[in-house]
Amino acid sequence: MSNEKHEKLVNLIADMEEDEALALTQELIDEGAEPTAILEICRAAMDIVGQRFEDNEYFVPELILAGEVLDQMSAMVKPLIADTTEEEDKVDSGTVLIGTVHGDLHDIGKNIVTFMLDVNGYNVVDLGVDVSPQAFIDAIKEQSPEIVGLSGFLTLAFDSMKETVEAISEAGLREEVKIMIGGGQVDDQILNYTGADSFGLNAMSAVNQCKEWIGEAA
Amino acid sequence: MAPLDAHNDSGRDPKDLYQERVERIADAVALKETDRVPYIYATRFWNAKLADMTCKDTMYDVEKSISSNRKAIELLQPDAFGAANYAYGGALEKLDYHPLEWPGGGAADDVCFQYIDKELIVPDEYDEYLFDPTAFYLQKYLPRIATGFEGLKHFPNFPTLSEWNIVYNLRAFANPELQESFKTLMEVGEMVDHSMNRMTEFIKEMIEAGYPMAIGGFCKAPYDHIVDFLRGSKGGMLDMFRHKDKLLETIDKARLLLNTNVVEGAERVGCPYVFIPLHWGLDGFMSPDQFNEFYWPSLRQTIHDLIEAEMTPVILWEGDCTTRLEFIGDIPPGKAIYWFERTDLHTAKDVLGDVVCLRGNVSPSLLNTGTADEVDAYCKDLIEYVGKDGGFILDGAASITDEAPIENIVAMANSVRKYANT
Repeated sequence: MSNEKHEKLVNLIADMEEDEALALTQELIDEGAEPTAILEICRAAMDIVGQRFEDNEYFVPELILAGEVLDQMSAMVKPLIADTTEEEDKVDSGTVLIGTVHGDLHDIGKNIVTFMLDVNGYNVVDLGVDVSPQAFIDAIKEQSPEIVGLSGFLTLAFDSMKETVEAISEAGLREEVKIMIGGGQVDDQILNYTGADSFGLNAMSAVNQCKEWIGEAA
Repeated sequence: MAPLDAHNDSGRDPKDLYQERVERIADAVALKETDRVPYIYATRFWNAKLADMTCKDTMYDVEKSISSNRKAIELLQPDAFGAANYAYGGALEKLDYHPLEWPGGGAADDVCFQYIDKELIVPDEYDEYLFDPTAFYLQKYLPRIATGFEGLKHFPNFPTLSEWNIVYNLRAFANPELQESFKTLMEVGEMVDHSMNRMTEFIKEMIEAGYPMAIGGFCKAPYDHIVDFLRGSKGGMLDMFRHKDKLLETIDKARLLLNTNVVEGAERVGCPYVFIPLHWGLDGFMSPDQFNEFYWPSLRQTIHDLIEAEMTPVILWEGDCTTRLEFIGDIPPGKAIYWFERTDLHTAKDVLGDVVCLRGNVSPSLLNTGTADEVDAYCKDLIEYVGKDGGFILDGAASITDEAPIENIVAMANSVRKYANT
């Protein structure tokens, strides 16, 4: 196994060369590469993908494809890996609770944010769509997240987000979490309206916000 | 509720008003100066809120849909109206239509309908769709999207049959599942027919009252159709890498299919405006290169074809399309409407002001959470800058939002009568 191949694999993933990346992954596995080293390659590749997204070189389709490649690579190496390693990896990471707010069933944006937070090492708890304020509160108590992400595409989500932030406050949990909001119609005015702490227009702004609030994940 | 101001059109001859409004919008499209900026509103369920109804009320009762539309049109006095009729709840329920959750059918009674993003065909099926889209729809696609269509999987594929095989295959119509589907579809058809007939009568009533129609036809960008209704968002994006050639071939085929009968339909109702809402071509959802390969060429061709047929495409550019502005001016000038949701209209005016009539874009956040004075000030700015020298229609960003306070929408409607665009 050579570092040259590792570097090549990083670049193949980052350059969206799916078939070649998977073939080289298999080659490295056959040569006895440490599965953890391959997962580290994935993370290095995603750093490049994330940077290219921020630089407007990559867009949502590249994030989706990178996610597919990573899923396939994980499936290839995970049977070979001691099942403690990745969990331990995430022990020190921040936890982000995320969900689409009550009344809204859209999840494309939320799923992309969830994926990008996950590959950046955060422990993401995804509550799904049409999540009631009480379900957020119950999950905050159970999961003790540092950050709560509220997603919504429809304009009705403005009020659902506001109600959720208020309910978290009334439950005495507001000081324990930072709240970020996102979705098609959200802007500065809605940030003020809802009483959340931050809003973002895309998945990388969510990652950067989490880094700012709780630092780089493990 | 704040009344419309003294410049309203009440009391004037409806025929004069109708002609005046038709010409005002046509002049705006032609980039000519108009006496004032025209105002059109689109909505989904704001009408219902205005009329103290739930969304479900208007989805299940066409009379309620009509009375709520009438109330909104009479209040706002737009230069053209797009009748918001979704009174198909009963039909959708009977059909057991899967791609949609609607008020009373999976969604709460007082929220808007929502499409469910799902992969409905797999990449290997592109070839079947391309070879014979009708057979593919009847036997595979439609049975997947509604229980009422399930029996159609038995429908004979007649173009593959010859001689006595045509007769032999008629036995398919004895199949209980196919018969059950026919019964369901006949009932659903009558429900849809009733709703549409009543709306046709209402549209005539509004035309006689002096209000032109805002939309006469509907079309889709081919890539959007493939993502929204065939491959789902994930599949549609992945296919740009994994099945590029098939995707491009399907885009070409879908364009031809989707454009069939659009012109004839608009001509039948006597309204040249063809609405094309865009979903996946916006900034962020694909790169400029992907936009120029998978999205814009087929959409541009659709726009050109419609203009060639003397239609006026009304393209709703959802999201922020700022980086697209440099490409999308490649259409005949003064023949279309670009309705922008989040794209800054000042920038759009600077880039496209001599090419296309702009429409929009009072934001949902302002309409829902701002004051009437703030809405008024925002509209004043749009009228004076974007409306300068013509080529602008005032509307909400993608529509007027269901939750917007009445006084904010009235402030928006009043603004075109308060502020000069020159």
